[in-house]
Amino acid sequence: MTTEKQQETVELLLNMGPQHPATHGVFRMVLWIDGERVVDVEPHIGYLHRGSEKLCEGESYAQIVTLFDRLDYIANFNNELVVCRAAEKLMGVEVPERAQYIRVILCELNRIASHLLFYGTYGLDAGAMTPVLYAFRERERIQNLFEAVSGARMMHNFFRIGGVNEDVPPDFGQRVRRIMGELRRGMEECDRLLSFNEIFLSRTRGIGAIDAETAIDYGLTGPNLRACGVPYDVRKDDPYEVYDRLEFDVPVAEHGDCWDRYWLRVQEMYQSLHIVEQCLEQMPEGPVMAQLRRIARPPKGEVFVHCENPRGDLGVYLVSDGGPKPYRVKVRPPSFCSLMPLKHLMRGCYVADCVVILGSIDIVLGEVDR
Amino acid sequence: MATDRGQGGAGEVRQPQAERAAGHGGPQAPAQPLDAMGQATLALLQRSLGPYVVESGGSFDQPVVQVRPKDIVEVCRICKEREALDFNLLHCLSVVDYEEHLQVVYHLYSLRLKHKAVLKVDVPSDDPTVPTVTPIWRGADWYEREGHDLFGVVFEGHPNLAPLLLYEGFEGYPGRKSFPFHDYQEW
Repeated sequence: MTTEKQQETVELLLNMGPQHPATHGVFRMVLWIDGERVVDVEPHIGYLHRGSEKLCEGESYAQIVTLFDRLDYIANFNNELVVCRAAEKLMGVEVPERAQYIRVILCELNRIASHLLFYGTYGLDAGAMTPVLYAFRERERIQNLFEAVSGARMMHNFFRIGGVNEDVPPDFGQRVRRIMGELRRGMEECDRLLSFNEIFLSRTRGIGAIDAETAIDYGLTGPNLRACGVPYDVRKDDPYEVYDRLEFDVPVAEHGDCWDRYWLRVQEMYQSLHIVEQCLEQMPEGPVMAQLRRIARPPKGEVFVHCENPRGDLGVYLVSDGGPKPYRVKVRPPSFCSLMPLKHLMRGCYVADCVVILGSIDIVLGEVDR
Repeated sequence: MATDRGQGGAGEVRQPQAERAAGHGGPQAPAQPLDAMGQATLALLQRSLGPYVVESGGSFDQPVVQVRPKDIVEVCRICKEREALDFNLLHCLSVVDYEEHLQVVYHLYSLRLKHKAVLKVDVPSDDPTVPTVTPIWRGADWYEREGHDLFGVVFEGHPNLAPLLLYEGFEGYPGRKSFPFHDYQEW
């Protein structure tokens, strides 16, 4: 009879982070657990808060680009693009076509690099050691290209208000075509390695699901929202640069669980390759920088510009008082919004799934904390 | 003579608006006129929000509507729930310090109708209080905490206004213009 006695359980408080390999940066979660089940979770951010928005108010427009590099440090080009576009829109600058194509090519390659990093680290989160090695091999090809173009592997500071810093190297087209072949093979290999792996499927399917309505309510965008079946992509819905001339699909999943979020990013990489291919074909010769005054002075006014980042909809709210420095810069970081529904995603899951869920929303803390 | 003109019937009404616009580069001072879609949305907003609108304008693709702080919850509810507006995504919530006052700016987006809107609320710097919009968009939660953290804006009714980006016990509001760039106590 003693065996039938109900065991009394006690709620346990478990601190995870800020120095934890699975939190992808300095991020802390406080978990309340009952046995193996998560009762509640409280995310704590701000460990990487550098006050970037305030710093922008003390820098000239050209210098801000470097600060944006350091927000989402996995997708530098995409970040540079949005701040350059904000200033250009306010100033009414027409960017030369060649520069627009160069920007789109670099941004899409950066998207692939970012998703590859996600692919590798997500494998690690789920307990698979091998994928990260393959992912980094492929990502390295892109990083080498970026180095050839901008001189830096990260923090490129290559986009300028009115265009790009300099024209791409003469063998750029050939080089991109070559690595695209290699990337496609490598991505297919990665895909075969992990996507339908039995263990991976059972770790990610049906875990951390969120429905479309809740996701929109929390402000989720990008792959995380599209995984719930909402085909919202800034490149399609509010086209910028030359995206309206390019043909590509917006992959959409339906369940909004971890595997869908993973699968969507894998699909997006193929679409990005498709975009780069078209850009190389269409790219005209010509100048890469608009004729502008040396120091940018946007007129008094304000603008809100958003672009599709690998992590979602990155927006910049720029207020100018007509001076050489912005009056106020507010960033709308996609990862910041992706973290908000964490409670919703994690309540009731196993402790071991926390890492898988956190990995699947693909956050970059540099952008969350700014 | 100049004072006579200033006291004219029409001038008296317009003056405070013009003054405020000059102060914050707000809706009355567009760098670029509104585009066609923005104008259509603005007309829609004016029709739906009617008595709540204090001022309206906008530039580029962003129609701007200024409302009073006490009306913001009702205005947001109309924006989200009215079929013709359907602003289901709170795109961004920012606080801007215009020194003589603070401004809370709500950027809205409709995923279905693909139109945008900007709502603005002016609050005094010494007592910045605005009702929370978390019951309407749960995504406002961290934006409002950040606004409280960096600018000291109190979002009344918010479930938990604990520091988000700064640590417990940080003094001052680093987002404000009066906060120095350097020369502050570091942790």
